Amino acid sequence: MTDALLAGDLPLPPRPDYLRHGSTIASWLTTTDHKRIAILYAITITFFFFLGGAAVTAVRLELFEPNGWLLTSDTYNKLFSFHGIIMVWFFLVPSIPNTLGNFLLPLMIGAPDVAFPRLNLFSWYLTIAAGAFTVYALLAGGVDTGWTFYTPYSSMFSNSHVFAAAAGVFVVGFASIATGVNFIATTHMLRAPGMTWFRLPLFVWAIYATSLIMVLATPVLAISLLLVIAERVLGLPIFDPARGGDPILFQHLFWFYSHPAVYIMVLPAMGVVSEVIPCFARRRIFGYDFMVYAMLAIAGIGFFVWGHHMFVSGQSALASLVFSFLSFIIAVPSAIKVFNWTASLFRGQISFESPMLYSLGFVGLFTTGGLSGLFLASIPVDVHVTDTYFVVAHFHYIMVGGSVSAFFAGLHFWWPKVTGKLYPESWAKFAAILMYAGFNMTFLPQFFAGYLGMPRRYHTYPAEFQIYNVMSSAGAGVLAVAYLLPLGYLTWSLFYGGRAGNNPWAATGLEWTTTSPPPPKNFDRQPRVDRGPYEYHAEGMSAGTDAPEVQNARDIR
Amino acid sequence: MSDESALLREPWFDFGRQREAGKFGIWVFLGSEMLFFGALLLTYTVCRIEHPDAFAAAGRATNIWYGTINTAVLLTSSLTMAMASQAAASPARLRRLVLACLLATALLGLAFVVIKGFEYKEDIDKHLVPGAGFALPQPGAQLFYGLYWLVTGVHAVHLSIGIVLVGRLFWEFYRRELPTQANPELEITALYWHLVDIVWIFLYPLIYLPGRSS
Repeated sequence: MTDALLAGDLPLPPRPDYLRHGSTIASWLTTTDHKRIAILYAITITFFFFLGGAAVTAVRLELFEPNGWLLTSDTYNKLFSFHGIIMVWFFLVPSIPNTLGNFLLPLMIGAPDVAFPRLNLFSWYLTIAAGAFTVYALLAGGVDTGWTFYTPYSSMFSNSHVFAAAAGVFVVGFASIATGVNFIATTHMLRAPGMTWFRLPLFVWAIYATSLIMVLATPVLAISLLLVIAERVLGLPIFDPARGGDPILFQHLFWFYSHPAVYIMVLPAMGVVSEVIPCFARRRIFGYDFMVYAMLAIAGIGFFVWGHHMFVSGQSALASLVFSFLSFIIAVPSAIKVFNWTASLFRGQISFESPMLYSLGFVGLFTTGGLSGLFLASIPVDVHVTDTYFVVAHFHYIMVGGSVSAFFAGLHFWWPKVTGKLYPESWAKFAAILMYAGFNMTFLPQFFAGYLGMPRRYHTYPAEFQIYNVMSSAGAGVLAVAYLLPLGYLTWSLFYGGRAGNNPWAATGLEWTTTSPPPPKNFDRQPRVDRGPYEYHAEGMSAGTDAPEVQNARDIR
Repeated sequence: MSDESALLREPWFDFGRQREAGKFGIWVFLGSEMLFFGALLLTYTVCRIEHPDAFAAAGRATNIWYGTINTAVLLTSSLTMAMASQAAASPARLRRLVLACLLATALLGLAFVVIKGFEYKEDIDKHLVPGAGFALPQPGAQLFYGLYWLVTGVHAVHLSIGIVLVGRLFWEFYRRELPTQANPELEITALYWHLVDIVWIFLYPLIYLPGRSS
């Protein structure tokens, strides 16, 4: 007898899961199944991730020597610009929301699909079209403005392919808005009976908060790039100071999007970690309500801190003061989240499977990145380290250390659900530890180099900084191996991995109640919800107070 | 009931819920559009504060007749759109009224675009395109016209999308491919149309009225 029969379920007639429900290329390219669209996104962003990674490999090789031994400064500028554009808009922004979010949001709320399935597919095609623009910009000769497209350089002086690159980002923005609208409507309208707002898993809250930012911030990015394009193509004078325009205005518009975009990249990561930590500590999440409020606060306050990117750009001292204050304030909800994850471990039964290792790595690296952000929120320190490697290290700790670690945590955690296969756990643990080590080797030295004054985006540098750059480049090599390993063993597991049960981690959450992989409409029966999301033990008790079969469920998978 | 089953889409089981979700979704999208035009209007505001006199002079150089007639045309189109929406929502079978109103809406939208085209032609003849040979001496006036071309262009693109959407609805109703009554696509299209209209209500005073009060 199977587990399902033991649990008293009636056997269901056999039906194909979503992966085997149609196997032609056309059945994938015209699908409206959110799970298949998630897979399409996953393939797309993996491609872009390694493209952006290849660009930065050349950059790191170049920085081995202080004198520019490998690349011309022109090529160097184009490579780091390409790295930034690809990694921000074609990897980090869509990474967790469009792959894991797309796959899991309907499953987690007990819905058969997202609210607007065709819009979901359309958004993927927009991403592909935008990617084509951007790759064209690279092949045609590259763009050298940096990912920030600062005017007046981008609008008046750069001779590179700013139009194609900006058009790519403009189009991918609409993909982002479409996804955001879809996710918000799905969360509001398609929750299963009994799935009240405060029974939603924190991952759903995170995707919801992210979608709010996508919908409200991305149009402003579209306008700022449209103005740059209009100035280059039509000769409009918006950012040209000689004709009365205001180049600083671009920075205001750009950062009004791009600071909230940081939270587009990190909030979903917080959501993933909030799912993984309770599962591997066998604990309820500590302070569920505050986790929700903290995420919404981050999404809200995130709109009012953009000026901290402009302390040296010539805004008024009063504006700088206000932006500095608000940037300190936004650290409070972030700190609440870190304390709550840590507190969730207390009196837990912690086990260190690979998703947990990645998640604990996230907490450490995110905290380091966040604390270094407080240095930058403080105006006197920021003036000292503006445009140095200190800033580079800070945001890589948040985005690579934080978001990418969490992406891998989620990828491993839900891999059995997505593919129906188990991956080799020892390799995964090794990769997780290697990633943590390689990341710190790469970016910790950059804090020191930056604090000592090494500017970012320079092709050559004084010889005294070489030691830090050699450490950093060596670490990048380790990091590259740590990223390639999962590509290898996860692909291996697709063909040779053991079959995963419905709930290999003994996790709570609706997505684990359906089969692995799920059927096309997600659930054979409409799920009903009568409890909170993290009931790993009775309320007010510690982990390990449950019946032994529940505690041991992970060992019998 | 047969009407509803023809309109029911994946992944919905309940038509009322689907309608609600469609309306909700378009409202969220319109919120996004507000920020889109909001960023343009912010740019306008900043430039106008920096160059008040040039903006007044540039505003006087616009042709207020075209702008005013177009405002009337667009507001009327919103009326016919609202009538189509109300007629479709009414329990009485008013299919022909819905069709007439949709056609009027699309034609008024087209009329707006045509009038705008004449205005653009006149602007080009009067050298009101930023660049060499610009008609007005003040440097800020070029900013005004830079934004004028951009913001009316973006508005015209939105309006053209609206005309296509309304035209498509008209065609499907005319061919009886979709039931008119209680059709959620009509409501959604109407909401979008009204947004395009409201944006114009903001653009009219910002473009045509500066410098004309004294």
